[in-house]
Amino acid sequence: MSKNIAKSGSISRRRLLATVSAGAALAASPFRINLLQAEEATIKIGFPVPLTGPYGTEAQDQVRAAQLAIAQFNDAGGLDGRKAELLVRDDKLNPGEAATRTLELVEKEKVNFVVGSLSAAVQLAINNVTKERGIVFNSISQSDAINEAADFSKYTFHEALNPHLTSGAVGRYAFPKFGKKVAFLTADYAYGHEMVRGFLEAGKAFGIENLGDFRHPLGTTDFSTLLPRIQALKPDILCISNFGRDQQIALKQATDFGVKKTTQIIAPLLSHASRVAAGPQAFEGVIGGCSFYWGLEDKFASTKAFNDAFRKMYDGKLPSDYGALGYGGIRTVLAAVKNAGSVDTDKVITALEALKYDFYKGPEYYRKCDHQSVQSVLVIKSKSKDMRNESDVFEIISTDEPNEANLRSCEELGHKS
Amino acid sequence: MAGLSLDLIALQLFAGLALGAIYVLFAIGLSLIFGMLTVVNFAHGAFYMVGAYVGVYILGLGGNFWICLIAVPLVVGLFGLVVERFLIRPLYGRGIDYPLLLTFGLSYVMVELIRILFGKTGYPFDTPEILQGAVDIGVGYFPLYRLFVIGATAFVLLALWLFLEKTSFGLIIRAGARDPQIVRVLGVDVGRVWLIVFGLGTAIAGFAGLLAAPLQGVIPEMGSTILAEAFVVTVVGGMGSIGGAVLAGLLVGVVVSMTSLFAPEMAKVSIFALMAVVLIVRPQGFFGRAGLMS
Amino acid sequence: MNEITRSCPQTQAVPVSWLQFATRHRASLASLAVLVFPLVMPFTALAANILIYGLYALGFNLVYGYLGLLSFGHAALFGTGAYFCGIAIAHFGLPWFAAIPLGILGGLLMAALIGVLAIRTRGIYFAMVTMALAQCVYYLFYQAVDWTGGENGLRGINVHVIDIFGVRLDFINPLTRYYVIAAFVIAAFFVLSRILASPFGAVIEAVRENETRARASGYDVTRTRLITFVLSGGFCGLAGALQALHLSIVPIEILYYDTSGEVVMIALLGGMGTFFGPMVGAAAFLLLENLVSLWTVHWQLVVGAIFMICVLFFPAGIWGTLISRGKP
Repeated sequence: MSKNIAKSGSISRRRLLATVSAGAALAASPFRINLLQAEEATIKIGFPVPLTGPYGTEAQDQVRAAQLAIAQFNDAGGLDGRKAELLVRDDKLNPGEAATRTLELVEKEKVNFVVGSLSAAVQLAINNVTKERGIVFNSISQSDAINEAADFSKYTFHEALNPHLTSGAVGRYAFPKFGKKVAFLTADYAYGHEMVRGFLEAGKAFGIENLGDFRHPLGTTDFSTLLPRIQALKPDILCISNFGRDQQIALKQATDFGVKKTTQIIAPLLSHASRVAAGPQAFEGVIGGCSFYWGLEDKFASTKAFNDAFRKMYDGKLPSDYGALGYGGIRTVLAAVKNAGSVDTDKVITALEALKYDFYKGPEYYRKCDHQSVQSVLVIKSKSKDMRNESDVFEIISTDEPNEANLRSCEELGHKS
Repeated sequence: MAGLSLDLIALQLFAGLALGAIYVLFAIGLSLIFGMLTVVNFAHGAFYMVGAYVGVYILGLGGNFWICLIAVPLVVGLFGLVVERFLIRPLYGRGIDYPLLLTFGLSYVMVELIRILFGKTGYPFDTPEILQGAVDIGVGYFPLYRLFVIGATAFVLLALWLFLEKTSFGLIIRAGARDPQIVRVLGVDVGRVWLIVFGLGTAIAGFAGLLAAPLQGVIPEMGSTILAEAFVVTVVGGMGSIGGAVLAGLLVGVVVSMTSLFAPEMAKVSIFALMAVVLIVRPQGFFGRAGLMS
Repeated sequence: MNEITRSCPQTQAVPVSWLQFATRHRASLASLAVLVFPLVMPFTALAANILIYGLYALGFNLVYGYLGLLSFGHAALFGTGAYFCGIAIAHFGLPWFAAIPLGILGGLLMAALIGVLAIRTRGIYFAMVTMALAQCVYYLFYQAVDWTGGENGLRGINVHVIDIFGVRLDFINPLTRYYVIAAFVIAAFFVLSRILASPFGAVIEAVRENETRARASGYDVTRTRLITFVLSGGFCGLAGALQALHLSIVPIEILYYDTSGEVVMIALLGGMGTFFGPMVGAAAFLLLENLVSLWTVHWQLVVGAIFMICVLFFPAGIWGTLISRGKP
């Protein structure tokens, strides 16, 4: 028995050496399998979004709106006849999967640009892959970290809002109106903390009194242990900083506990999909922020044009907040391509940095140091009466105009000037 | 730690009981199924979730909450019967892991089917009108609906106790939990017993899902978080013990509630740490049978 | 020539079935398959993922297939390896050849920690304890935001060049990256094959077959279990480290119990207790996921259904069923 083992062991050793050296030789050689020898004519934009999972609806909206932007570009002639193509991939809201998809898009499909993402973790993962390979990435969902020097690169752009800006905008509206005693109910993760930081920063100017930051773990389904304590403090304002399901449940239970009778609830971000999922009762009276609402068409011609084009392409449907970001993200990249007259990465980056645009919600531009889009934040309130159509679930009660001062400063983010 | 009064602590305790009530219902089904069939039902969370969705469907058809309370366990239990008969039964005798693995795959399928039928985003589920609002329980205002949940759970526990203690079928179940071999030798059709126990366990899970719906809304993923937490309850209480499930369920609810008072970030870790400690110190849990394994 | 030799017929070469051949040279054959793999995969990054998950499943298989213990917490081993390697590179700037061993070490240490606590329980309880402890690890890593990035994950694991004795390999090039990963996986094959063929490997199987008899024969069952679990941690830790390098990030989801569940599915799909099973399972699972995702967003339905079918009708998994057909 032992003889056989020794025998197979010695063969293995020889084989080991052979295979390892073969492998090393292969790796070192310029041996490449390149099936696509021909140069690609279309301008390819990779679009990883979470089609599966709890935000599938928002993701599909992003895809629809992105396809509109592509279609508009192509119909206008493209880049001297070169058309654009959207390569949609499902990242399953998982950063590891998103990284794999991005690798596929960059290495196999050889995309020119990447736009997408619908979560902070995912966009940071995509960004890490694209920046190492010199591909422009325009992120269309919220994150504070992506502006910071550690994650930032010249290839990174951020069309979406960030938590600091959003919560600051809502704070600037609410604090002078409703009172100085503010309590916080926060999801205990990066996003939640960033929101609170934004609120506190904005609140300094109004002299608010911080009654306490009550943190809850992500995925909490029961706030019954926190809400009574908050109520006992008798706050004027309760800032609920969480997202998606956490927000829906928190608002629902806050309503059940009668918080709204004595306190004004504000949230940094109110999304269309959440409002629909949680229903009017939970959202009643809640004030929050968002990047886009179709109702802006009364104010901006660009919004009207966007809405009309979207309605035409999609059977009368109206674009949502996330959809608009998908549109904006693609459209700015293609506009930069057009302005630069090429898909060369460095030229496109320069063009993006110089871009002053109004594509769907009023004037915007990218700040130089962190490529953050400087834009307005809408302060909205939930609506359940006098609805013009089934999408009319919010009313815009105020606008925080685009202002670089509302963002964190370049130095604070770690960018050397 | 502002304003920590005795009243507040008492209120937290009540909140913990209400939280625990859902855990108890969920864990009882798990414990029953494990105790009788030696099957760890990884799809239990999916049954819970289906219960909530059946409620949504019935409300959509124009029914009210009270009809749901009766119809939901029946529908879910029926589905449980089908699952046991056609998916789990073929696996008996193949080793303790196979039914576990099957139910694991089943949960994926069930969740995705619900997504296809009802969509991904979930539904709001309003508290029935008559149960809305809060009552003064002496130490503060407590939501009426949560009191209802505690009450409903107590009712189910009572009914279950009567069933197990006072009926002959209940006797068979208790005997079977203690010694399956003897029961079979005595001529009882064990297959039928297992069928009904699985149906009963899943029916209770569905009922728990319905009760939870007004608290948290309804989404396809609602079963997976509670499953992991319910495993803690079942193991701490002792696999196969109803009394253990009740005690452990309430304990876990109170532990989570109290940890949120003092250190919210640790609330989730606390129950898993509790489970790990119990398993190391007393592996069979509070009331489980010692040596209960493969 | 005497009577004895005359009565013995000429010794013919004993026909060796392909199965026996495969078993004896299993590591080499697996390595060969690994080398030509990227040619048949839709894209190279997927092929690399399959290797990594295959290695992860290989480690898991050691505990489940060969030892017979169902662990639902293996994500902790995989994830710790990934984070150790990632932190070494992103926070300390260590080179790859220090980071990878650190990843393996992470896997070994975490396995020792969990193993010591869990190994006294058996059967279902082992599955539950490992799951609970793994969830604990998840929450702890989640809270250690300064080290792990918390919910945002660990970024900045950027290795551009692998320098081996003066040969500079471009790690960004997909094929090069694949072959570097493959080299480690191949090395792991040989180590695993060695372990299984050794006397210790026989003890592992003895414990699975009949614990009481093994103990009666004088083997320390608890120690065997613990050592096997720790070894498994080493393989899973290596897989995690390679994952960190491949994706240049470590997502916090790597420690979540879904990742533990995935490896169980992969092992069962491929065939437990077999050498090639885990790799076959990883390929089947990831390819399935990739392909089905292209047709429908409801890929979980298909994967779940296939998994159930396997449990019901093909409990030996794809590879297990194939070799049982191949047996004479």
